[in-house]
This record gives sequence, C-alpha cells and structure tokens, in this order.
Amino acid sequence: MRVMAQMSMIMNLDKCIGCHTCSVTCKQVWTNREGVEYAWFNNVETRPGIGYPRLYEDQDRWKGGWSRTSRGRLKLKSGGRISKLLHIFSNPDLPEIDDYYEPWTYDYDMLTKAPQGTQSPVARPKSLLTGKNMDIKWSGNWDDNLGGSQETAAADPILATMSEHVKMEFEETFMFYLPRICEHCLNPACVAACPSGAMYKREEDGIVLVDQDACRGWRMCVSACPYKKVYFNHKTGKAEKCTLCYPLIEQGKPTICSETCVGRLRYLGLMLYDADAVLAAASIENDHDLLEAQRSVFLDPFDPAVIAAAKAEGMADDWIEAAQNSPIYKMIADYKIALPLHPEYRTMPMVWYIPPLSPVVDVISSTNSDGEDARTLFAAIDKLRIPVEYLAGLFSAGDVAPVESSLRKLAAMRSYMRDINLGRQPDERIPARVGMTGTTIQEMYRLLAIAKYEDRYVIPKAHVETARELEELGCSLDTDGGPGMGGPGENAKGPYGKTPGMPLNATVDNYNEMRGGPTTPSSPGRMNLLGWNGKGAVDGMFPPAAPAGATE
Amino acid sequence: MSALTFLLWVAYPYAAAGVFIAGHVLRYRYDQFGWTSRSSQTYENRLLRWASPMFHYGILMVAGGHLVGLFVPKQWLAFFGVTEQIYHLGATGLGSFAAALTVAGLGILLYRRRFVDRVRMATTPMDVVMYVLLTGAIGFGTIATVAYQVVGGGYDYRESISPWIRSLVFFQPDPSLMAGVPLFFQLHILTATTLFLLWPFTRLVHVFSAPVGYLVRPYIVYRSRDAHRGTGARQPRRGWAGSQLPTRSSDRRP
Ligand code: HEM
Ligand code: SF4
Ligand code: SF4
Repeated sequence: MRVMAQMSMIMNLDKCIGCHTCSVTCKQVWTNREGVEYAWFNNVETRPGIGYPRLYEDQDRWKGGWSRTSRGRLKLKSGGRISKLLHIFSNPDLPEIDDYYEPWTYDYDMLTKAPQGTQSPVARPKSLLTGKNMDIKWSGNWDDNLGGSQETAAADPILATMSEHVKMEFEETFMFYLPRICEHCLNPACVAACPSGAMYKREEDGIVLVDQDACRGWRMCVSACPYKKVYFNHKTGKAEKCTLCYPLIEQGKPTICSETCVGRLRYLGLMLYDADAVLAAASIENDHDLLEAQRSVFLDPFDPAVIAAAKAEGMADDWIEAAQNSPIYKMIADYKIALPLHPEYRTMPMVWYIPPLSPVVDVISSTNSDGEDARTLFAAIDKLRIPVEYLAGLFSAGDVAPVESSLRKLAAMRSYMRDINLGRQPDERIPARVGMTGTTIQEMYRLLAIAKYEDRYVIPKAHVETARELEELGCSLDTDGGPGMGGPGENAKGPYGKTPGMPLNATVDNYNEMRGGPTTPSSPGRMNLLGWNGKGAVDGMFPPAAPAGATE
Repeated sequence: MSALTFLLWVAYPYAAAGVFIAGHVLRYRYDQFGWTSRSSQTYENRLLRWASPMFHYGILMVAGGHLVGLFVPKQWLAFFGVTEQIYHLGATGLGSFAAALTVAGLGILLYRRRFVDRVRMATTPMDVVMYVLLTGAIGFGTIATVAYQVVGGGYDYRESISPWIRSLVFFQPDPSLMAGVPLFFQLHILTATTLFLLWPFTRLVHVFSAPVGYLVRPYIVYRSRDAHRGTGARQPRRGWAGSQLPTRSSDRRP
C-alpha cells in the first residue's frame, strides 16, 4: 500500500444555474492571454448537448483515454509508445481550433471613430487568428440552454448510446448544466502520452501540471485527454491546462471557480488512495465495474493501518486530519451520492458529480404532482428512463443502478427534510428505504443544502517548511512553469516572435507587478480596464484631448 | 591557397560550428520556455497531415544519407563489399526518393506558411529566415544531385567533399579539396553552413529534443512540488536568467 493524497472536487449539479461565473473568473485568472483565447479551463455545457470542444466525448473519433487490450492490459487508445513517436510529425487525433471555436473580438473602435453618417456604426467581429472579418458560427457554449439544439443535440454522443430516442422538442426535453474542469485523474492519460515527460502528477496533492519549460509542443496530451482539458497555446507552442489553482490550494484556499460559484455547489477536499492499486483498478474488465473499482482504491482515513502507512510516507498530521474531515470522502464513500464523469475512459477522474434530480422533479411538477413527495419521486425515478439513462451515460458508464441510488437518496433527503422544515413529524421510513438513517440524512442536508463555506472547503495548507515562505506563494503564478506566467505581450517582438524572452504580465494575478502602471492595451489606442490599477488616467482611456484653442 | 578559399572552406565552417554548439548550449540553458516545435496543427490540419510527415521522414532519410556519404570513408564501405556502383545506385535511388518526399513536403509546408491565413499570421521573422535557408539548402542539393548525378555522368563527392568535411572534423583542414567541386554543390554547402549557423536561434532546435526517452520512461510521471521549486526567494524571471530543469530522475513510478 502506498498512500497518496489527492485534492479532489465534487459538484452538486442540482444547484448549477448555468451562469458561467466560474468560467469567466477562471478565464480572467488563467487564460486571458494571447494563444489561449479559445481555451476554457472551466467550461459549463448544457446537456443534452455536444459540449466543448464539439463532440469531445466521441472517443471513436478522438481516441482519448485508455482502452483495455484483450490481454487485460491498459493501452492509450491513441496507440502505444512507438506509434505515438511515428505519428509525432502530425497528430492524427488532434482537434483543430475550429473544433473549439475560432476566437474573435469586435472592431469596437468603429463605434466611436466612425465618421458621422446616416447609418449607425457597427462593431464587426474580427478573428483573433487572422485579424480578418469573420462570421461567428460556434463558440464555447453555442448551444447554451439548448439554443439551436434541434439541429445539434441529436449528435450528442451520450444520446446516441441510449436505447430510447429523446425528442429534442421543447416540451419533451430535459436539461441541466455540466460544469467541467480538468479531472486531475489518478491514471492521467495526458501524462502518459506526453513524449517529453513534461506533464506530471504532484506527489503531494495529485494536481496534474504541465512543466512549461520541459514541454516541447508535441501536442500528444491534447488528444490523449478524453475530457479535452489540455489546451495547446498556439502562441507559445506549449500545452496548458487547469492547475486546480494550486497557488491558492497551497495556501488552503479554494480554487477561483469554487470561490466564485454562484450556486455554491463546489466542494474541495482530500481523498487518500492507494497508488499501487490504481493500475489494476483501471484495468478491470467490465466498464460497469469501474465505479466500484475506483471506490475501492480510496482509503479510509480513519483506519489506523491507513493512518500509520500515511505517516510512514511522511504525510503530516494536519493532512490526515483534513482527509478525515473531507467533504469529498463523505459524499463518495459515506453517502455514496457522488459519481465520476465517464469512468469508462479509465483515467480514474477525481472531479465527481452529484447527479441532478431536477430533470425528474421538473417532469413531476409539470404534471401538477407533488415534487417533494417521496413516493412520487421514487416512482418517477423508476419510471423516467430517459433522464436517468442519460445521466448513467455520463456518470456510470451506462449502468443505471448507481445513478438511481444516488437520485433516490437526494429524493429521500428532499421529502424527509420537508417534513422537518414544516414542523411535522419526520417519516423515518423514507431514509430507511434508501438505506440511510434520519441523522445521516440531516448531516447530508447540512453539507448539500446549507453548504457552509468551511464545510465545503477542507483544504490543508501545503507544507513549505523545507521549501520557502508561504507569503511568497502569491507570486507562484509567475514563476517558471506556471501558465500564469502570462504569455509574452504585445511588445515581445523579438526575432522568435512572441515565444521566448521577457514576458509581459497579462493576468490580474500579477497585479502587484502592475502597480507601476497598467498593462499594454490589447489593441493599440484602447486600454484594457481589467489591467487598470485604478490610479490615474491612462493612455487610451479617454479620447485624446482636443488641441488647445480648438472649438467643438 | 587564396584568402577566399580559406574563408569559405575553413574559417566559415568553423565559425558556424562554434556558433551552432555554443548557441545550443546557451539557448538550452537560458530559454527552455522557447524550446518547442511550435506546432501549427491546430490552425490547419488538412495540408499538414500530409506535408509534415512527408517532409520529416524525407529529411531524416536525407540526413542519414548525408551521414553515411560524408562521414563513412569510401574504403570502409568497400571493405563491407559496397562497391562504387552499388553505392552510386543506392545513393541516387534512395536519395532521390527521400529528396522527392522532402521537396514535396517542403513545398506544401511553404504553401501553407504563405497562403493559409492563420499559419501566415503565426510565422515569425526567424521562421522566414529559416525557411529561406532550408529551402536554399534543399533546393541547391536537389539541383546538384539532378544535374550531376542523375542527368550528368555522376560526380564522386566521396573523393572531395567527404574528405574535406572529415579534414575539418579532425582539425586538419584541407580546403584545397573543395577547389574543383561543382558550383551547385558549393552553393549547397554554403547555404547549409549558414543554416547551421542560425540553427540554434530558430525553431529547428526542436530536432535535438526528439523524445526518444519516451520509449523507456514510466507512463505516469510523479514529481514533488518542492523538488523543482528551490528554496528562498522568488525564482528568477524568465528571459536571460538561468532556468533549471528538474532532474528527470524524479520521474518515477510509485
Ligand atoms: C528528429 C526528430 C524530429 C521531430 C520529432 C520533429 C517534430 C516536429 C513537429 C512535432 C513539428 C510541428 C508540426 C506541426 O505543426 O504540428 C515540426 C515542425 C517542423 N520541423 Fe521537425 N522534427 C524533427 C526533425 C526535423 C528536422 C531534421 C528538420 C529540418 C532540418 C525539421 C524541420 C521542421 C520544420 C521546418 C518544421 C515547421 C513546419 C511548419 O509548420 O511549417 N524537423 N517538427
Ligand atoms: S482530465 Fe486532466 S488529468 Fe485527466 S487526462 Fe485530462 S488533462 Fe489529464
Ligand atoms: S458559477 Fe456555479 S452555478 Fe454558475 S455555472 Fe459555474 S458551477 Fe454553475
């Protein structure tokens, strides 16, 4: 047994209102730079829908993740080591930028600078890749709220696997949001596919990172990740990905997406697992057994043998304690309501989800039945094949049993707590029907519904006694290797173009560095307010003053 | 020996070799972040899918051919029973195939660089310089081969160019060997020398990070967060400040 700790996340999908705040704040922190305009380390997709990048779940096409050979060994779906090297000159499975979308901006200057005329000026979209006018045809969330889904959603790879055909007509459909970040997998396909060994999993907290100095731009990780959560920075020629905001995590603070989540639906905490057991669990034959196999890799942080082994590995006491208080452990192991996204990719993802009960409740409410009544809810979960099967396609490799069990627990919590909230005698038969007790239901309610900040985030600080001062961590975004380096800015016009050399800060994180003055405007003559330090007027902020003596 | 002969066939090659080596060492030490193939596949794939493998397989074969032709003395090959005739047939046959692949691939790559908007916009001045020299070297080499080997009677560079290169390698330069070499071979050599001179400052550095280590390393790489962070104050900024590579021995499997 080799005990390792994994910083993990759970999202409670019932609470997601699809506001994209998480995506926007993440973008402002990590990817508001040239070269990654099209990249969303956090994205929120409407399901059913085809996702971002388009149809990323279609592994017959993209060959992401692992597959199990007939001899029971795991192999990268895109091919073994030799085949990877033979295909290095052109990666056959690489998504093009159009599979994400062509990034663009608008010709805003036109709005203020157009000469007076009879027509109102318009700001035309301009491609950020070519600078030319373009037609916007797709984006990171083009099918948001099922917009245009009649045309696109039928291609959803999960719908395609379902036995019953779902009509994408307005009255007959269901919908929920799926926020996604990198899964920081226990068996990461991206790391395995990196020819130069630049990607790694941190021993301390399992965060998967790209060493920006060692990356040579072979772009194999991009295609190997089945969740398509490694992005190619086309300006620097290096891969970048979600960092789980490690500079914050190291200080015991939640990630930006969690901190700013409007629905307060994200949870962060440690999971202890047995690193020696991962490969065997990921190689199990039947896809439906993968969920149970992954659960079996997790270790009980209260088990004295586990604690002893963790200490022998050098894990600090406060980390073990954090693992014991972890909300993640409660939801995965105690209540068993959280499920992994696409366990069949065999990467052992570590961002798990509580499946949404809302598609079921919506149907009940639309028939004017009581959406909080336990019997109605249980019956609906049994009967409503379509949403349940769809959820199973996402969270349990198509096996409806775990999804049903999780939904029934949520339903039980809903109706049990209603009685309590209305001051009625709670019905103890309800928790019993889902194998729980009233007390655990109430605990679960506190964690899921009340969801206090300190219950949602149990993050032990990194131990830096041997390394360096914590106060300095605020700057780790701009040390070597962090994508927060900020790609080189407009004024990096060396002979190599925008790649090497002194980078210009472009992220809000490097705020301190900007005290001296705001960043270079992203287009000449304009100023980016996000980079403004609030002090004084800056070039480009106001139109040039009229020359003295000039009259209007 | 005239001053020009000395300059072209002794001084210049040595200067280029010096810059090539020192440039690589310096760039590897100080510009890890800029060391990349800078793939353009996400911009455009339809042409690249064919062009890049054609060009690369071609140029690697060409490079192999050059190694044999230039560095393996005629007598050694003869010892293994490779006669003049076999060598000529092999070199011209295989060489033409490799050259055709390379030239075709290069042609498409150049077309792409020039006419596909997204790729053109991402082309740096150094890329242009590199492509001019690369095309020059490959072009002159191809012309020389076609003119003297395929159409012409065959020119035995293994009696002149190869010993000249080896004379440079062993630090006993003999520029007189280059005196009678046909023009296009001379031009080929000079453009190639210039390419090598500028090599460390172009994207071609990616050649020296060809990831053969991938064949033997464990799939999942673990690294400790402390191992490559060092202690104390902030890391030096990128640019012309030293950057340390974490040791690869820490890529280990639990
Ligand atoms: C030895 C192993 C080599 C490897 C693994 C390798 C790999 C690569 C890769 C991955 C790319 C990026 C292709 C893309 O856009 O996606 C590339 C581009 C390129 N390579 Fe290589 N390469 C090698 C050797 C060479 C050699 C020997 C040369 C020429 C002397 C060369 C010249 C180029 C050029 C000119 C490009 C730019 C193509 C373009 O986008 O216009 N490479 N290489
Ligand atoms: S989800 Fe993250 S850790 Fe998993 S394979 Fe993709 S990039 Fe790697
Ligand atoms: S911020 Fe929270 S509620 Fe809003 S889309 Fe993101 S996950 Fe959903």
